[in-house]
Amino acid sequence: MIEDRIPCPNCGFLNKPDAQFCELCGEPLPPEAKEKLEEKKPFVFPSLPELPVKDGRLDFYEVISRNKRNTVLLVFLFIMLFAAVGGAIGYLYGNYRTGLMVSSGVAILWVMVALIWGKDISLSFVGAGRVSPEEEPILHHVVEEMSIAAGISKPAVYVVETKGMNAFSTGFSPENSSVAVTRGMLENLSREELQAVIGHEISHIRFYDTRLMITVTALAGLIVIFSDIALRGFIFIGGRRSWDESEEFDIPFKGNIIITLLLLGFVALSPVIAFLLQMAISRKREFIADAGSVELTRNPAGLRKTLEKLLQGNVFVPSASKGNQHLFIVNPLKEDADIKDTIFETHPPLRKRIEILKRMEA
Amino acid sequence: MIVGWIILGLIVLTILWVIGTYNSLVALRNRVRNAWKQISVQLKRRHDLIPNLVETVKDYMEYEQETLEKVIQARNAATTARSPKEQAEAEGAVTAALRQLFAVVENYPQLKANENVQKLMEELTTTENKIAFARQLYNDLVMKYNTRIEQFPANIVAGWFSFKPFEFFEIPEEEKEVPQVNLR
Repeated sequence: MIEDRIPCPNCGFLNKPDAQFCELCGEPLPPEAKEKLEEKKPFVFPSLPELPVKDGRLDFYEVISRNKRNTVLLVFLFIMLFAAVGGAIGYLYGNYRTGLMVSSGVAILWVMVALIWGKDISLSFVGAGRVSPEEEPILHHVVEEMSIAAGISKPAVYVVETKGMNAFSTGFSPENSSVAVTRGMLENLSREELQAVIGHEISHIRFYDTRLMITVTALAGLIVIFSDIALRGFIFIGGRRSWDESEEFDIPFKGNIIITLLLLGFVALSPVIAFLLQMAISRKREFIADAGSVELTRNPAGLRKTLEKLLQGNVFVPSASKGNQHLFIVNPLKEDADIKDTIFETHPPLRKRIEILKRMEA
Repeated sequence: MIVGWIILGLIVLTILWVIGTYNSLVALRNRVRNAWKQISVQLKRRHDLIPNLVETVKDYMEYEQETLEKVIQARNAATTARSPKEQAEAEGAVTAALRQLFAVVENYPQLKANENVQKLMEELTTTENKIAFARQLYNDLVMKYNTRIEQFPANIVAGWFSFKPFEFFEIPEEEKEVPQVNLR
């Protein structure tokens, strides 16, 4: 069993648990390694403000129920918002009921589409391609190992063909989800490091983070589309004003101006809405998924080393965008040095995550 | 009259609570059983892989017949073991023998370069890991379940419907003693 071995501080050889000296190079082994070994089962988590720890164990029921609750709340608010906008437009045309019904119908339909196909939409947006066990045996094996450790069914496995090292997971429920890693990650990480990353992603799945994130992605996507239409519509209508005077295009103007104003309102509001959506996905979830990975692998040093590697290396994903950046294990759009420790970020800085993992090792 | 309604309400609430607790205990117990089955699935997979590996490497390893013999014997003993205790010991011996074989393979560069051998070694490595993780999950779930049926007030329901604690899986002595080899 890997967790029973003592790594040699000099050459890295994994020695048997009762060894005093390294079997390969003769280096004396640190005595604390032995003590750590004995208390390793079950893993004892330190209490940190970032983690839901109770008696040294991860207490993630609260996390799961909060995620489920926030998902329902978001969907509800979203439908209400669209119903209100539709109702307002309808009212201006003298029939608010039609507007209300049409717009809430569209919103409900969109939510259904988002929840059923959101996973596939995210995957295809990022350009992830499904791989078979024959193509990527080790990746499949590691995903299987971590699913067994977590006691969930094996997610579908995807690869994004890009050099940057990153990974994400998505899906509505642990029974129906996917993990994706980039080619850069497969090429640069050892089996142990890959295990730590997959442990993190599997933890997002088992904590229902993915359900919340998929919802946020879909809702944010529609808001972006709407504000986009609004902006274009404004430019279009604004540009047509001068045409109207030439009498060739006699279009009733009143309605258009109202729609324009409403859409403009939407444009003004959409950053606020997007901000609220981002607030809903707490940045704490990254710390918790890190801890979840440690709970599965019993190896905080493995994840710490991986994150250090990601801190040094390239994590950019060209196909990532503001609409899906929150899905990834590290922010695929920003240098870590540019990430501040504030609520305006989708991820906590890697520096802080590494620091917390170090405290778990101690 | 009002007192009557309150009593009735309390009785209904108690019944609902008993049903809820009972169902959650059953769900947890099924997860424990399922985790145990997962261990067997992985052990079975290991039994199936070993003959393939031995068949593939034996021509390269003329001087290591003893090691191969040990692996085969341990595997056959494990497949025929009856009692859980016997089985745990036999599987421990398989792990030990396999680790020795893996260590020996390290000395044969041309063997390590062989694609089939690499594939089989990776299969066995992942199966070893899966066995370890399946046991880890089993132990975690047993801990959760045992704590749950002992803690007040769920212990009352557990007592009525005789929910028994499960035993932890202990790593067999043989597995602890063998030289440890980096399977990677």
